[in-house]
Amino acid sequence: MADISAPLTTADGKPLKAALASAQARARRRAFFLVLPLLAFVLLTFVAPIAQMLHRSVHNPGFTTHTDIGSGEKTPIMVNLRAWFKENPPGTEPDEAAYEALVKDLVVLRELKAPGSVGTRINYERAGSRSMFTKAARRAEKLEPPYKEAMLDLDEDWADPELWQVMRGASSAYTFNFYLAALDLARDADGSIVSVDENRQVYVKLFTRTLLLSLLITFLCFLLAYPIAHLLATLPLRHSNLLMIFVLLPFWTSLLVRTTSWIVLLQSQGVVNDTLVATGILDDDSRIQMIYNQTGTIIAMTHILLPFMVLPLYSVMRPINPSYVRAARSLGATSWTAFRRIYFPQTVPGIGAGALLVFILAVGYYITPALVGGANGQLISNLIAFHMTKSLNWSLAAALAAILLGGILVLYWLYDRLVGIDNLKLG
Amino acid sequence: MQDREPNVATSDTDSAFVVFDRVQKSYDGETLVVKDLNLSIGKGEFLTMLGPSGSGKTTCLMMLAGFETATHGEILLDGRPINNIPPHKRGIGMVFQNYALFPHMTVNENLAFPLEVRGMGKDEREAKVKRALEMVQMGEFGNRRPAQLSGGQQQRIALARALVFDPALVLMDEPLGALDKQLREHMQYEIKHLHENLGITVVYVTHDQSEALTMSDRVAVFDDGIIQQLAPPAELYEQPQNSFVAQFIGENNKLSGKVIALDGDIATVQLDDGETCTALAVNCGGVGSDTLISVRPERVSVAAQGGPNSTSATVQELIYLGDHIRCRLTVHGNDEFVVKVPNSAGHSHLSVGETTQVSWLAQDARALDAG
Ligand SMILES: Nc1ncnc2c1ncn2[C@@H]1O[C@H](COP(=O)(O)OP(=O)(O)OP(=O)(O)O)[C@@H](O)[C@H]1O
Ligand SMILES: [Mg+2]
Repeated sequence: MADISAPLTTADGKPLKAALASAQARARRRAFFLVLPLLAFVLLTFVAPIAQMLHRSVHNPGFTTHTDIGSGEKTPIMVNLRAWFKENPPGTEPDEAAYEALVKDLVVLRELKAPGSVGTRINYERAGSRSMFTKAARRAEKLEPPYKEAMLDLDEDWADPELWQVMRGASSAYTFNFYLAALDLARDADGSIVSVDENRQVYVKLFTRTLLLSLLITFLCFLLAYPIAHLLATLPLRHSNLLMIFVLLPFWTSLLVRTTSWIVLLQSQGVVNDTLVATGILDDDSRIQMIYNQTGTIIAMTHILLPFMVLPLYSVMRPINPSYVRAARSLGATSWTAFRRIYFPQTVPGIGAGALLVFILAVGYYITPALVGGANGQLISNLIAFHMTKSLNWSLAAALAAILLGGILVLYWLYDRLVGIDNLKLG
Repeated sequence: MQDREPNVATSDTDSAFVVFDRVQKSYDGETLVVKDLNLSIGKGEFLTMLGPSGSGKTTCLMMLAGFETATHGEILLDGRPINNIPPHKRGIGMVFQNYALFPHMTVNENLAFPLEVRGMGKDEREAKVKRALEMVQMGEFGNRRPAQLSGGQQQRIALARALVFDPALVLMDEPLGALDKQLREHMQYEIKHLHENLGITVVYVTHDQSEALTMSDRVAVFDDGIIQQLAPPAELYEQPQNSFVAQFIGENNKLSGKVIALDGDIATVQLDDGETCTALAVNCGGVGSDTLISVRPERVSVAAQGGPNSTSATVQELIYLGDHIRCRLTVHGNDEFVVKVPNSAGHSHLSVGETTQVSWLAQDARALDAG
């Protein structure tokens, strides 16, 4: 009885646990070195960019630091105005001291040739500000006190409380204002959070549309893929191989080709409309608009994402022995009951995997909506791309992307809670 | 064994429970997998389909269960043709070769399934499931999933599930194929026991001949889509009707030759080595036709001087098996001739290489088709 509590030892008296640990440590070390290159690759190409994106979404030094393009030298800017903001709480009416600080800073900006970039930073949040900055900076040196009057002479808008609120927000490089903007919110003159004007609310609407369209596309993919996958899994190999090639064909074709062929098919002078008109089903004047709108986005994306649903479904259906359904039938179930109670539940892991895959791909899809989406078929990623390439408001683009990423992680978590990630079967 | 008698006598179509009437089946339109099957199974009978792999046993079962349609002919269940009844209305319990327990359901749910689809109330369902589980001695396993059971346990659950809704007919397709020998023998006994207690009709498929012989009221030996012989186990062993059955069931010595004379039911056969012997003419054709004589090893006596069909034999091999000694001899040029010598008091001691005499009665040698 006594030796039960004593720790087990190896033949030479070392404690068994320690011996096991040291035996495994070597194997573990070797395994670690084996995966090291992959780990470095993942860190470099995946984790680092995401971290950088997240950082950029809360950090924008456009109003605090100027980086010289040639030398890369960093100079703090707007020093006086930022000091004034620090001394005075939000909502303070800008006084003469504030304007004096502003003018001094503008003089510095002019020397640094930076008014444009600072103006752009303010312009992100308040349209029309950029020209005010460049104009004022050009005259700043010649302005005489009282500065407030002088500035207002230049442009009435310098008294706009919203402008001062935006400048206050930008006066610290770290800010959550881009997230507010990404959710159609802003700070008013007192610094409290309000929603922006109705006609400027775009992002929430787009997030909602992205979510709904992605759900719809996922559902359509499921409806189409289920019978295809079933056919693939039950046909004799000879036929199913051919069918599999048809399913995979979209994979092997360039995305652009596939999307363009939808344009050819669906446009108002396209194949489908022409056929409908030629067979007399439609009038020549009432051709259906099927592309450059949401319909186009839905059709083209469903087609493109279909294989991602078919393959996981196929991989769970293939090993399902037909004798299960036969057993159910022999036990008295109609073919519908046998499907519903026996076959379908066994395919749920595949449905989950396919739906998750298609949904996540759809939420972030960019090129297809851009090509065939028209005005109301755009998704959130199109707007992210717009801010990346056109408006160059990278911080807002990063905030939008971070919200998208967060949303997907929440969905993933929900899926794990409801279905269980270990039930996922991708192939 | 005696209480079998009433079941066996049902060869007439009227009182039979299941009838295959001139059934043929082809999957590809080129070859017949089942050729002209005529079979009637009495109520309460335990009938086994025995045959080598690919002989069409499963196909017959599937036609009966409704998962394959007969290409030609009719299948009657309790006097009604079932060709147009869908599988779920046939009320046939079935045990599949791979058990086919629903992997996403617990044992209880598996067993409740047939009752549920019949619209049975919850209380009654639970009572029946419990009873069925106890019947196969698996009472404590109700909440497990099939994957958490051993092969033998799964087999019992599959059996319980096929019986829980009180079908009159149960089909079993090699249900014991995946079990080890000991468990298989135990389960054979249990299945047999359930059959006797419940009074159900069982159609059982196997390619294990000892299983077929120990369990069945009658055995249908299948080969090449044809029933080669349909008989009770003893008759099958003692009186095989053709050389396939003689070969397939039990151990068998064969001697090939040509019929040279027929005297009543005794044929005189000239064997390949030129000598002649006499045998019972069962299925050997007329004078001049080729034949295969089949003699069971235990019907041959060794060293009996001057008996009928006496001939000399050279001992090739001796295997000591406790209760008997298995001798391999060369007889009439056939060096695979096996004889079982009982290990009784005063038996003759043979040694390898020795030449001795063997003999057998003409009644114990059956002249069959040349195979
Ligand atoms: N679905 C099918 N399609 C085509 N041919 C089939 C099909 N099922 C069975 N066969 C063929 O029919 C023949 C009989 O098959 P069956 O399954 O009835 O044999 P079996 O007697 O049950 O054999 P085993 O003992 O191996 O289970 C075989 O030659 C088989 O190849
Ligand atoms: Mg079979």
